[in-house]
Amino acid sequence: MEAKWIDDLKKTLGKDHVHTAVVDRHSYSYDGSFGEYLPEAVVQVTSASQVSGVMKIANHYRVPVTPRGQGTCLSGGPLPVHGGIVLDTSQWPASIEVYADDLIAEVSPGTLTSAIHREVEAYGLMYPPDPSSAHVSTIGGNLAENSGGPRGLKYGVTKDYVIGLEVVTPEGEITRTGGRTIKNVTGLDITKLIVGSEGVLGVITSATLKLIPKPKAVQTIMVAFASMEIAGKAISTTLTSGILPSKMEFIDHACVQAVEEYEPSGLPQNAEAVLIIELDGHEETIEKELQEVLLIMKQLEATDIQVPETAEAAARIWKARKMVSPAIATIKPTKVSEDATVPRSQIPLMMKKLSDIREKYQINLVVFGHAGDGNLHPNILCDQRDQEEMKRVEKAVEEIFQAAIDLGGTLSGEHGIGTMKSPFLENEIGITGVDLMKRIKQSWDPNNIMNPGKIFAEPGQKLALSHE
Amino acid sequence: MKLAAEGKISLHELEDPVEKCLGCMACMTVCPTNVQYDQMLEGAKHAIEENKEKPKHQTAIEKGLFEHFVPSSKMMRSVGNLTWVYQKSGLQTFAQKLGILSKTPLHLGEFASVLPPMPSPKQRASREKVQPAKQKEKLRVAFFTGCVMDSVFFTINEQSVELLTLAGASVVIPEEQTCCGALHAHAGRHDEAVALAKQNIQMLEDLNVDRVVNNAGGCGAQMIRYDHLFEEGSDWHQRALAFVEKVEDITKVLAELDGLQFTKPLNYTITYQPSCHMTNVQRITKEPRQLMNQLPGVSVNEMNDPDFCCGSAGIYNIVQYDESMKILDRKMGDAEATNAQVIVTTNPGCLLQMKYGSERASTGQRAVHLIELLAEARPIAK
Repeated sequence: MEAKWIDDLKKTLGKDHVHTAVVDRHSYSYDGSFGEYLPEAVVQVTSASQVSGVMKIANHYRVPVTPRGQGTCLSGGPLPVHGGIVLDTSQWPASIEVYADDLIAEVSPGTLTSAIHREVEAYGLMYPPDPSSAHVSTIGGNLAENSGGPRGLKYGVTKDYVIGLEVVTPEGEITRTGGRTIKNVTGLDITKLIVGSEGVLGVITSATLKLIPKPKAVQTIMVAFASMEIAGKAISTTLTSGILPSKMEFIDHACVQAVEEYEPSGLPQNAEAVLIIELDGHEETIEKELQEVLLIMKQLEATDIQVPETAEAAARIWKARKMVSPAIATIKPTKVSEDATVPRSQIPLMMKKLSDIREKYQINLVVFGHAGDGNLHPNILCDQRDQEEMKRVEKAVEEIFQAAIDLGGTLSGEHGIGTMKSPFLENEIGITGVDLMKRIKQSWDPNNIMNPGKIFAEPGQKLALSHE
Repeated sequence: MKLAAEGKISLHELEDPVEKCLGCMACMTVCPTNVQYDQMLEGAKHAIEENKEKPKHQTAIEKGLFEHFVPSSKMMRSVGNLTWVYQKSGLQTFAQKLGILSKTPLHLGEFASVLPPMPSPKQRASREKVQPAKQKEKLRVAFFTGCVMDSVFFTINEQSVELLTLAGASVVIPEEQTCCGALHAHAGRHDEAVALAKQNIQMLEDLNVDRVVNNAGGCGAQMIRYDHLFEEGSDWHQRALAFVEKVEDITKVLAELDGLQFTKPLNYTITYQPSCHMTNVQRITKEPRQLMNQLPGVSVNEMNDPDFCCGSAGIYNIVQYDESMKILDRKMGDAEATNAQVIVTTNPGCLLQMKYGSERASTGQRAVHLIELLAEARPIAK
């Protein structure tokens, strides 16, 4: 017999919205990170009032609710760690209402981020946050995890472009935060608190996004260096020269090799480090900035400089950058993807530490990422079925986290804390920091039904990549 | 599938989700990590099929259908012939009046009602097996007839050969060819798919041609993947690769030959419903549109979301009728919104589905294969 709360859900939402078959539940038991947790029911919602209905029932019966977009999360946000309900928003019809004169857009949570990019471009506008998964991920998931992307360097991340939200509280009340104006100091800034809260405070059912005019032109530059140190120098010299590129991406030698083996893309194969830079703005300004950047690169003895002349040639370079993730996944079956972030000046030092960790634990560790803002993606390629190797990987990951914190950086630049990084939270923000966050969580969600098991570690919880 | 492989769910539990999959492979086109879903899907179907306990009579029917019926062009031809008798004799009208057709459990009847008029058995038999180019020979090709195309859409095959020869290709229609095996592979009947592939590979080896040309998106998609059926490094794998090299869709060949001139203006607005297997497996999207744009008087109005599957998906519309109709209804809404008089497709399954969809939604639109449209514009050698 089914639980009473499942019965209530079916009565309130209709049978078609509530799935309890084994195959359906298993399909929602994982995300882009680690671990499998079986929910008891999957509920597909398409309106704020439905979300409210679900939350009221869940709160009444004390059933955990884990919101989920497309499940591309790299930190375990949509994993139903304590079972209960997975609240699937991916079937929520996409809706993008652009108010061009106000430079804002109202969007539904199930809308794909890339659809927002496309739609606002038709108005000559831009929604800058550009996570690499934008063509699969929903804006709801981006908001919950405060996603970043290459353009974070110049334009910031998701939270910098949200001025208002509609949220359903853990008790099932529908409320609005913020508004439709850039300036707004009315009361506490609940909007910013919700964005990046990883679904532990409530469910986002609509968002008002801030837009900016789309830059008139862009120019890509690809530069290769003989060592990581010089590449690091090139980044800091550029950023202190009065030029702020929109993107500064970095790929290490191992990633270049992987991409070229996977799908030859014309990356400089002998380089120890490759930087891919994008300038944006007015055409005349870009031309001047391009010459200045090229001068810096030449002075630092770049081994190869490519300036694509057509949009197609530039697109090929960016495609090669996008190929890094799938390409390295062919090295070994399991990919542990981190996003430790350090102050820009510390990038060369962090790279050195990563190289030491690679040697010490004898692991396949490759690095790429958003070098311009210090957000690196150390990726460990391993095999989950190899218990001994996974133990070494666990230790290496712990050391990567500690290295980032020691250098004045952070555990997570854009993926979120979720399940994997929660045991390390206290190392970065201290006991009082964790306590403050927990107090906020408790007052928002007294019954602890909103995405329990995330951000805060259970007593004694450790990083576990191996199954014993 | 991973969960089933790990034993966390049973193969039986995997069956329904796998059967509900259209196999349109759109997920492969957008996949950020290049997951080889086509191989996974066929592997899963194979595992499910092997594991299945079926009632005896079902096994017997399927055996007959897959081992003898579909691969045998003779049998398929007689379906074509029977269809012709059925239509000409007035039995069709009679059956439609009685409503017999709509009562068949597999919903075959719905689709029978939109079948085109069949050529007579005599017309079939009189087809020339070798047809020289009607201008300077630029290419020698073998024409792959396809089971459904050759039985149900025989005329389109005739038109295909005519277009090819006009455009400068000499065409042979090898007797030794057999079914491409797509339906077998999709049904998890791996061994039969392999046997059919072998026969076609052998057929081509005996011919002195540059290409093997087909006009069915689904057949082409199966044939360009023949190498996946054999173990890498094996002799058959090598032979399959040589075959794959020569497989080409007719739209690509016609675009490449660039040897046609169209003399009759067709004052239509048309919209294109691309076959999923053309777009996502063969990755051919440019050439069909290029050909449409060459037609005088025709204006192409693309529908919203053209790459969304029409729901035909092999025999999906017959075995998963209800699901298929949900998909079709959305597609017909998009097609109607273009105000096109003609819906153009490049695969027999899609063509039937679009014909049926137009009747079902009473849009008054006409569905044609791109080849029919090209033929209608009175092509001459350029």
